[in-house]
Amino acid sequence: MKKKTILVACGAGIATSTVVNEAILDMCSANNIQANLIQCKITEVSGYLDSADLLVTTTITGKDYPFPVINARAFLTGIGLDDVKQQILEEIKK
Amino acid sequence: MDTVCLEESLIMVDLAGTTNEEVLQNMARNLYEQGVVKESYIDAVIEREKTFPTGLPTLGCSVAIPHTDIEHVNRKAISVAVLKNEVDFGIMGEIGTVTPVKLVFMLAMDQQHAQLKLLQSLMQIFQNEETLNEISREHRKDIIIDLLESKLNH
Repeated sequence: MKKKTILVACGAGIATSTVVNEAILDMCSANNIQANLIQCKITEVSGYLDSADLLVTTTITGKDYPFPVINARAFLTGIGLDDVKQQILEEIKK
Repeated sequence: MDTVCLEESLIMVDLAGTTNEEVLQNMARNLYEQGVVKESYIDAVIEREKTFPTGLPTLGCSVAIPHTDIEHVNRKAISVAVLKNEVDFGIMGEIGTVTPVKLVFMLAMDQQHAQLKLLQSLMQIFQNEETLNEISREHRKDIIIDLLESKLNH
């Protein structure tokens, strides 16, 4: 299995992506998965079109990307969190 | 230090407003008057909310966490407002949807990718229906600060 590169993005790249980034790191280590995590602003995502495997974001993307996009708001509110974690794990394990 | 001091001057109760812009304007201006942010923060946070809305439906009352880039900030702080009446904010990560917000946590963050513990604790509060509802019904600033500090700086 190739080590996946996951982008974690929000509008400012300051607040919500910090929380989501840490939660995904925890999730990866709990599942013995190695992944590259890159935290960035949503406007910086276009710089990773060739290298990323997945985008996890709390914000509006408004664009199509060559990789799957998963909404991460659940990490902030806890609502539907198990489902979102499962989706991310499935993408990473592909 | 990854703690933040909640100051009574940054807590607003029964804040009236009919639009989220009015609420943001009021809160940001207060942060500016208290010297926490630069004047440019006011427009920046309003613009940011239009492009990247921060409303969050929770199991309790809906909240919003408006914030903007670190260059507009003098020192790290959180301003909290309990709105007199709920005001619609766009839902984070969605287009064209709104949620009636009762509690606004305006973040003045001075470092990128930092403040992790603080933000995590804040999100824990968002997952605690009881605490959110308690704060939303409270009119005393000191009690709001006690409620939040017991959860934030532990």
